[in-house]
Amino acid sequence: MRIGLFATCVADAMFPAAARATATLLERLGHQVVVPREQGCCGQMHINAGHPHDARALAQRFIRTYGEFDAVVSPSSSCVGAIRDLYPNVLGLEAEVLSRTLELSEFLVHRLGVEDVGARFPHRVTYHPTCHSLRVARVGDAPLRLLRSVRELELLELPQATECCGFGGTFSIKNAETSSAILLDKCAAVQRSGAEFCAALDGSCLLQIGGGLSRAGSAVRTIHLAEILVSR
Amino acid sequence: MSEARDQILARVRGAIAQTPRPAAAPRAYRRADPRGQAELIEQFCERVGDYRAEVQRVRADRVADAIRTAAQRHRAQRLAVAPGLPQRWTAGCGLQLVPDDGLAVRELDTLDGVISGASVAIAETGTIVLSGAPHEGRRLLSLVPDLHICVVEHQQVVGLLPQALERLHGAVSDERRPLTFISGPSATSDIELQRVEGVHGPRRLVVIVTQEPS
Amino acid sequence: MRAPGESFPAAAHHELANPQLRANLANATTTIRTKRARVVEELPDWQALRDAGSAIKADVMANLDTYLLEFEAALTAAGATVHWARDGAEACAVVAQVARAHGAQEVVKVKSLATDEIELNRSLAQEGIHALETDFAELILQLDGDWSSHILVPAIHRNRTEIRDLFRRTIAPGIESDEPAVLAEAARLHLRERFLEAKVGVSGANFGVARTGTLCVVESEGNGRMCTTLPPVLVTIIGIEKLVPTLADLEVFLQLLPRSATGERMNPYTSLWTGVSDGDGPQELHVVLLDNGRTRVLADEIGRQALHCIRCSACLNVCPVYSRTGGHAYGSVYPGPIGAILTPQLIGIENAPSLPFASSLCGACYEVCPVKIDIPRVLLHLRARAVDTVGGRGERSAMRAAAWVFARGSRLRAAQRLGRIAQRLLLSGGVIRRLPPPLSAWTRTRDLRPLAPRGFVEERGERE
Repeated sequence: MRIGLFATCVADAMFPAAARATATLLERLGHQVVVPREQGCCGQMHINAGHPHDARALAQRFIRTYGEFDAVVSPSSSCVGAIRDLYPNVLGLEAEVLSRTLELSEFLVHRLGVEDVGARFPHRVTYHPTCHSLRVARVGDAPLRLLRSVRELELLELPQATECCGFGGTFSIKNAETSSAILLDKCAAVQRSGAEFCAALDGSCLLQIGGGLSRAGSAVRTIHLAEILVSR
Repeated sequence: MSEARDQILARVRGAIAQTPRPAAAPRAYRRADPRGQAELIEQFCERVGDYRAEVQRVRADRVADAIRTAAQRHRAQRLAVAPGLPQRWTAGCGLQLVPDDGLAVRELDTLDGVISGASVAIAETGTIVLSGAPHEGRRLLSLVPDLHICVVEHQQVVGLLPQALERLHGAVSDERRPLTFISGPSATSDIELQRVEGVHGPRRLVVIVTQEPS
Repeated sequence: MRAPGESFPAAAHHELANPQLRANLANATTTIRTKRARVVEELPDWQALRDAGSAIKADVMANLDTYLLEFEAALTAAGATVHWARDGAEACAVVAQVARAHGAQEVVKVKSLATDEIELNRSLAQEGIHALETDFAELILQLDGDWSSHILVPAIHRNRTEIRDLFRRTIAPGIESDEPAVLAEAARLHLRERFLEAKVGVSGANFGVARTGTLCVVESEGNGRMCTTLPPVLVTIIGIEKLVPTLADLEVFLQLLPRSATGERMNPYTSLWTGVSDGDGPQELHVVLLDNGRTRVLADEIGRQALHCIRCSACLNVCPVYSRTGGHAYGSVYPGPIGAILTPQLIGIENAPSLPFASSLCGACYEVCPVKIDIPRVLLHLRARAVDTVGGRGERSAMRAAAWVFARGSRLRAAQRLGRIAQRLLLSGGVIRRLPPPLSAWTRTRDLRPLAPRGFVEERGERE
C-alpha cells in the first residue's frame, strides 16, 4: 500500500518521535510511506475556536495533498476525527480521501488486522483513551489490543480512564482554570495507576497531561502509543 | 384570536419554512414481549420490590386476607376505598372502610390509608398505572393518605411500557381520563442523592398481585 | 451565580475556589452517572429508543405550527383555556391574573424550569402573590434565597448539614438530625397544610400531546401530584417545543427520561391529564404556551436541536466542565452542556458569548443524550456565531495569521525554526515554565513541552 503520512502540526513540531515511529511501523509491515513536505495543519483549532472560514483553506490543502494515496495514516485521533467529521459536517467539504484517512491504531487493527507488531517494552504502562479517539474517530479498543500484544509490557488500569484530560484546544487557555481543575484529577488518576508511563495517541492530550505531571514533579512520563509499538 | 397567538405562529412558520419534512420516526424498539404471564408477574414483583415497596402474590380469593394483614402491619384501621372497588376484595377484612363518595380532602387526610385497584402494571419497570376508573377512584385518593394498598390482577400485568400505553389509549383519547403511573412510594434524592422514601405522596406502598385471572 | 455580564471563566473562577462545592459535585455526579449507566445497559433497545426520540422531536420542530394548533384545539375541547405568551412577562401576567381572579395570596408550584426561566416567582411577588416552591430542593433554595445549580437536583451543591441548619433557622426550629429522611419529613409537615389550603396550583409540563391535549408531569416526590390535583384551579406553563404528536410517542420518552435523569427504571410518579375531569382534580385549567426566545432558536437550522431537550440532565452529570464548576457559573437556569447551547440561543449570543466556549469538546454529552442532540456540533456553530458577533479583532487577526502559516508546509517549517530560536530564552530544565500572556494561562499550572530540535517533516519530508 502507498500510504501518505499526516504527521499533524503538533506531532511534527513537538512529538517527532511519534511520527517517526508511525513511519517505521508502517514500513516494517511492508508499506510504502510518503511524507509530503507540503503538509500543514488540519484546521481543527480554527474550527473549534469559531473560525471555520480560516480552516477552509487548510482543509482544501489537506485534500489536495493526500488525495492520491491508498490510505492516509496519522498519529492523532483528534486530527483524524476533525478530517473525517468536521470537514463534511462543518465545512461542507466532501472527498474520498476523508474516509481513507485513519488514525494509526485503527489502521493497524481494523484495516490491516494486525495486533502484534512485534514490540517489546519492559515497563509499567497505563493508557489514557483520549475523548476524540473514543467519541469522534471511534477507534474502539484497537489501542488496547495493540498494547496487550507488546512483550513484557505491564498494562495497568487507569482509574476513570474515559474522563477528559481537560485540554480542549483553546479551551486550555480561554478556560485555563477549569482546564487545570480537570487535569488535576487526571494526573491524580495517572499517579494512582502505579505506571511509569502514561500512553495516549494524541499529542495534544499528551501535552496537557505531560505538562501537569511535569509541573507536579511526577516521575511518570508521557509517551505516544506509536513510540511503544516501535520499541524492540 | 390574540395578537400573541398570531405572532408566535407566524414566527414558527417563518422559522421552519425551509425545513424539509423529516422521514417517519424509526420504531425499532421493543413493543411486544414474548414472555409468558408467569414470568412477567415474577419480574413485576421483583422490580416493585426494588423500589422498596411491599409486594405480595395471593390467590384471587385471598385478597381480603392480604389486605387485612397489610393494614395491620402498618397499624392502619380506617381506610378509604375507591367507590367501585370489588366487594370481594374487602369482604370480611375487618377494617373500617370509608367509601369515597366525594370525601373532603381534609377528611381523607385523617384516614390511615387507601385501597384501590389498578388498570395495568408494567413488569419491566415495576410500575402500576391508575386511570381514574371506579375501582381506582379519584387521583387524590391514592395521594393524600400515607398508605396505599393497590390490588393488581394477574391479567393486568404486561411486559413493557409501550404495551401499557396501548391498553390505556382509549381511556385517554376517548374518555379523557387522567393517568397516574406509580413506581414505588413517593421518594426524593435531593439531599446528596441519597434516596429517601416518602415525601408528599404515600410513604408506604403495598402491591397485592393475584395469582390467577379473576 | 454568574453576575450579569460576567463571563464563564470569571464566574468559574469563584466556583472553582470552593473545595466543598467541588467535593459535593464530584460525589453527586459520580453517583448518578453510575446509576444511569446501570439502568441504560439493562435495555437491549436503548439506541433504538434514542433514534426514535430524536426523530420524533425533529418531526415536531418541522411541523410545530400544525402541532400547536392541534394541541390548542384538543385542549379547548377538553375544557381548558389556552393562552399564548410571546415572552416571560406575558406568561407571568396570565398566572397573576388567574390568581387574582380567585383571590389567591399564594400559589403552590411544581418544580418547573420554564417558570424559573421567566422568573415567575419574582414577578408574582411584585403583585403581592407568593409562589410556594414545593419540590424539596426548590423549597430549600427558596428558603435560603439561593439559586438552582442543576436541572434535576437543584440543590446538588448543598450538603445535609447545611440543609439541617437552614431548616433550623426557618421551617423546623427544633430539628437536630441531619438525616435526609428526617429533613424530608420536616418538609412534608411544613407543606401539607399549604397543599390542602391552596386555591391555585402552577406547574410546567414535561410533555404535551398534540393529538389529545394531554399534559404530562414526571416527578418523584408527589408534590407534583399535589399541585396538579388538589387546588381547584391549575395553570400549566409549557414551552412550545415540548409537544409530542401522539400519546403513543410518550412510550419512547417515558423510557428515555427516567433512566437518563435519576438512573431509575421509572420515576415514582408520572401524571397525565387531559383537560378537566368531572369531580377529579382542578375544575379550571389554564395552559400557557410559552415562546420566550424559542422561535428564535427554531429559526437556526443547526441550533434548533437544542429544543429537542427533555431536561434529563445526563449531559451535566458526565460533563468534565460542569462537574468541576457546578451550575452557577453558567448564569442561567439551564447549566451544563445543554445550557451552553440553549441559553445563548434563547437570550441572544451577544448576551452570553462565553458559554459556547465553556466546553473541552470531549463529546461525553452527545454520547449520553437520550434524544441525540449533537451538542459539540452546536457548540462549534455557536462559537462561530460568537466570533462573528462579538469576536475581538486581536483574536481574529491572530487566527487568520495562524491559518496563513499553517496552510503551507514551508511557512510552518519557517515558523518552527523561529519558535526554536525564541524558546531558548524560555527553556529551563528541558521544559518551558513561564510564557507571556495570553499563553501564561497555560504555564500558570502546566509546564510546556518545547519544540523538538528538529521537526519530523523537516527531517524526512518529500516533495510530492
